[in-house]
Amino acid sequence: METLGDLEVHLEGMREYYRGGNTRGAPWRKSQLQGLLRLLEEREAEMFMALEHDLGKHPVEAYRDEIGCAKKSANYALGSLKGWMSTQKAKLPLGAVLTTAEIIPEPLGLVLIISSWNVPIGLSLEPLIGALAAGNAVVLKPSELAPRCSSLLANALPAYLDSKAVKVIEGGPAVSEQLVQQKWDKILFTGSARVGRMVMAAAANHLTPVTLELGGKCPAVLDSLSSSWDREVAIQRILGAKFGACAGQACIAVDYVLVEKRFSSISLELMKVWIGKMFGENPRESRTMARIVNKHHFLRLKTLLEDPNVKASIVHGGSMDENSLFIEPTILLDPPLESDFMQDEIFGPLLPIITLKKIEDSINFINSRPKPLAVYVFTQNDSLQKRMVAETSSGSLTFNDAVIQYLADTLPFGGVGESGMGNYHGKFSFDTFSHHKAVMRRGFLVDFWFRFPPWNDHKLQLFRSLYVFDYLGVLLTVLGLKKSKQGLSRA
Amino acid sequence: MKSLSSINLSQDFSGLGGICRAIRTFVYCPPSRANPSPISLTHSSLRVSRCSTSLLSVTMEEAKKQALDAEKAALLVKELRKSFNSGRTKSYEWRAAQLQSISKMIDERAKDIIQALQLDLSKPELEAFVSEISMTKSSCQKALKDLKHWMAPEKVKTPITTYPSSAEIVSEPFGVVLIISTWNYPFLLSLDPVIGAIAAGNAIVLKPSEIAPATSSLLARLLGEYVDGSTIRVVEGAVPETSALLDQKWDKIFYTGSTRVGYIVMAAAAKHLTPIVLELGGKCPAIVDSNIDLEVAARRMIAGKWVCNNGQACIAIDYIVTTKSFAPKLVDALRLALEEFFGKNPLESQDMSRIVNLYHFRRLAKLLDEDGTSDKIVLGGQRDENNLRMAPTILLDVPEDSTIMQEEIFGPLLPILTVDDIQDSFHMINSKPKPLAAYIFSNDDGLQKQFVQNISAGGMLINDTVLHLTIPTLPFGGVGESGMGAYHGKFSFDAFSHKKGVLYRGFKGDTAARYPPYTPEKQRLMKALIRGDIIGIILALLGWSKE
Repeated sequence: METLGDLEVHLEGMREYYRGGNTRGAPWRKSQLQGLLRLLEEREAEMFMALEHDLGKHPVEAYRDEIGCAKKSANYALGSLKGWMSTQKAKLPLGAVLTTAEIIPEPLGLVLIISSWNVPIGLSLEPLIGALAAGNAVVLKPSELAPRCSSLLANALPAYLDSKAVKVIEGGPAVSEQLVQQKWDKILFTGSARVGRMVMAAAANHLTPVTLELGGKCPAVLDSLSSSWDREVAIQRILGAKFGACAGQACIAVDYVLVEKRFSSISLELMKVWIGKMFGENPRESRTMARIVNKHHFLRLKTLLEDPNVKASIVHGGSMDENSLFIEPTILLDPPLESDFMQDEIFGPLLPIITLKKIEDSINFINSRPKPLAVYVFTQNDSLQKRMVAETSSGSLTFNDAVIQYLADTLPFGGVGESGMGNYHGKFSFDTFSHHKAVMRRGFLVDFWFRFPPWNDHKLQLFRSLYVFDYLGVLLTVLGLKKSKQGLSRA
Repeated sequence: MKSLSSINLSQDFSGLGGICRAIRTFVYCPPSRANPSPISLTHSSLRVSRCSTSLLSVTMEEAKKQALDAEKAALLVKELRKSFNSGRTKSYEWRAAQLQSISKMIDERAKDIIQALQLDLSKPELEAFVSEISMTKSSCQKALKDLKHWMAPEKVKTPITTYPSSAEIVSEPFGVVLIISTWNYPFLLSLDPVIGAIAAGNAIVLKPSEIAPATSSLLARLLGEYVDGSTIRVVEGAVPETSALLDQKWDKIFYTGSTRVGYIVMAAAAKHLTPIVLELGGKCPAIVDSNIDLEVAARRMIAGKWVCNNGQACIAIDYIVTTKSFAPKLVDALRLALEEFFGKNPLESQDMSRIVNLYHFRRLAKLLDEDGTSDKIVLGGQRDENNLRMAPTILLDVPEDSTIMQEEIFGPLLPILTVDDIQDSFHMINSKPKPLAAYIFSNDDGLQKQFVQNISAGGMLINDTVLHLTIPTLPFGGVGESGMGAYHGKFSFDAFSHKKGVLYRGFKGDTAARYPPYTPEKQRLMKALIRGDIIGIILALLGWSKE
């Protein structure tokens, strides 16, 4: 760990480099994105190993959620960069003669990205792509809870990127705290709401804008689907979005399922069948599911389950192995809603099914809790879909699938309320790390004399006409043919 | 003579009259809705001291009784949240009706508004009409015209990875929002964000500035009369009321004012994870090159300084940078145009606002009287403390470390700094925090280009001042110390909307590759899918590998 003094010197050096204009041009931005792509290509095997080491993540999952996804985003940014960077003309009202207006995206400066341990490479590189595409100097602080991935990033990134403008700083909470005390031009933080508040409070000391990617309890609403095909697909997608997403340790993983009471036993049976098919009879051996990140989180999950009322609701699985930090895919039926288990984000392979009288009751259920990062609704019912869009609020809303919205570059990814603020992905990432500067140009030729004092009724009438786009009125007033209806009150 | 009497009246108003106003507010507003501020009295304490202590203490007590404390603020938010949760603000009809009412209010009560601005700032009627009433009205009209379009979900393309699917971005209201506005354009800067918040379908609390008390109480009365009181409220008050409001959980806070308070607002917002827009200020520079039409340029500089509420505007020119050789010509041109606009004795001109209160008057006087600054005055310098009038004042070559060059001036004082080469001005500007606006007067395309490229500011305007504010297709907002977030036109709607990504999928078109157990074939297919490589997908499905 470097001392505060060293850190400040480093950051000042980066700021100086940024001020020199080195990161602004399209060629620099392109070369950085290409560097990232090369990194992803050449260091893939090491990344698989690091993710296996830190989280027991299977390479397919690692590729799907982290490496492949980052590649896709870097390619998308490379292909779109020219369009994103281009100046956007702004339409002007008719009165504005010899004037042009445009919106120019410019980099913010020196930005800080703090990422999390559950998708340690993906959630580091995804925002980094946006920050580099926008032409910023960047400090990345990966999570110390995924140490192998953190040191891989710290060692590898400088070889592929401009190390004068991109720096990885490793460390735990003390380093994070030191970092957020510095002056940044933007902070993008991925993690918990608790730390999110601290980050924003620290950012307030320098008026630094923040993007906070937090989490929350993401519900999956499962309607009583009539076709057995639909049911099976829906169940697979829910299970994939729970146990297949870093063993539920993902901010957009399904947290709990809402079903109608009459449909709960069918759903439960299907889930059991598909858990068997996906993860085998002995999921610990099959290695298709990630383990719990560390002992702290393992014990947290264990404590949640130890509540006798929660424990009593386990209907499938429930075995835990502290040595290998593995928790079996576990399903619970109607655990008490007031338990910590149903109040906190679960962030692990425990899936509660909550039964409702009618599926429409899910709207109230969702609305009576903090706004989640994602809502998933499995239904063929159009009117329920419409009501979900209009009546619930969440970072994103996906019908008949889960987690996959993360891959859509055209959709903003980000929370609302307790699940965060600001968004990124695709062009939204570029915008998140850019300032959109309004630029207007005028010539000296046309000047309206009525813009300037001394004021009189004549000028007032001109303004009245101008603001309602009454050009005939303007003409008549200029010619002295029209009088002010309401003159100035003073004589 | 008439002007003088009206000024005296406004002086009385702020002393003894302040009490009458406080009492009047009680009559007009239901107690839960708006409160007179004890602080509006203490803030202008210098003036209040003139009135009798007994009267003051009575008012203070009365005010205390009515003041919005944390408990009342919590109740207010709860009430609004209930109204919001009923869903009434989400409909197009509700939004349009509120906007139409505001538009009607502006038409019907223009006289009252102008009068309030006259009392608070002696704002000239035409300036009030142009920069506050018309701007607000056109903002309202624009929102009404485009509302349906803004509200419509935006269809977006979906990638092959999620095929088959469709996607859209839905704009939804945040919920219950707080708007804290300021005193220099007390009407416009209160209602302009309110219009955006209404258009986006939010429930709203507006806290106008206590430093423009007449406009504050007018807004409380008018909004109570014209818009839906169950979802849109005005809370009057000063520091205690603002603190009580900031303690509550909001879904968005929109603040216009000083950088100093901006820090406080953001720290308060962090506690509840509330997103914010901060519209702050800063020292807005104007670079003046020597190759320009000086007569036109000088007029436009004046329009961007003294015609803007006598320099008390966040995008007014704060200081000018020009070349040593050109400076005398520039000063002469400004002198001529100023005389043409405001006459030989500008202290008597009715075409210029006064300084808002004694506190700010003395603050400005202190800037001017500082050693090293006071001897740099080349024009103006006259002031009249009794009437809070200050003449347009130009200072040449004040030291860069003087207070006037360190703080936002926010008044009729204009320092002109000189450089040997006009290019040197960039460095001078970049060594200060990023301003809300930056201006340049130049006919040199190269210099214009460098200016745009090298200087970061909320917005910039070439060869004119302030006008960019009136263009609804341009985002208006700061960067760095001048603020965060932007508004105006559709940007206002966006500032008060959450952009919800909605993805629609059917149950068809699933690839087993997504789910465990993971096999090498699945891995190949996955790679091809994420690459969007159609041939690769086919090969993988057929069981062949390209690798």
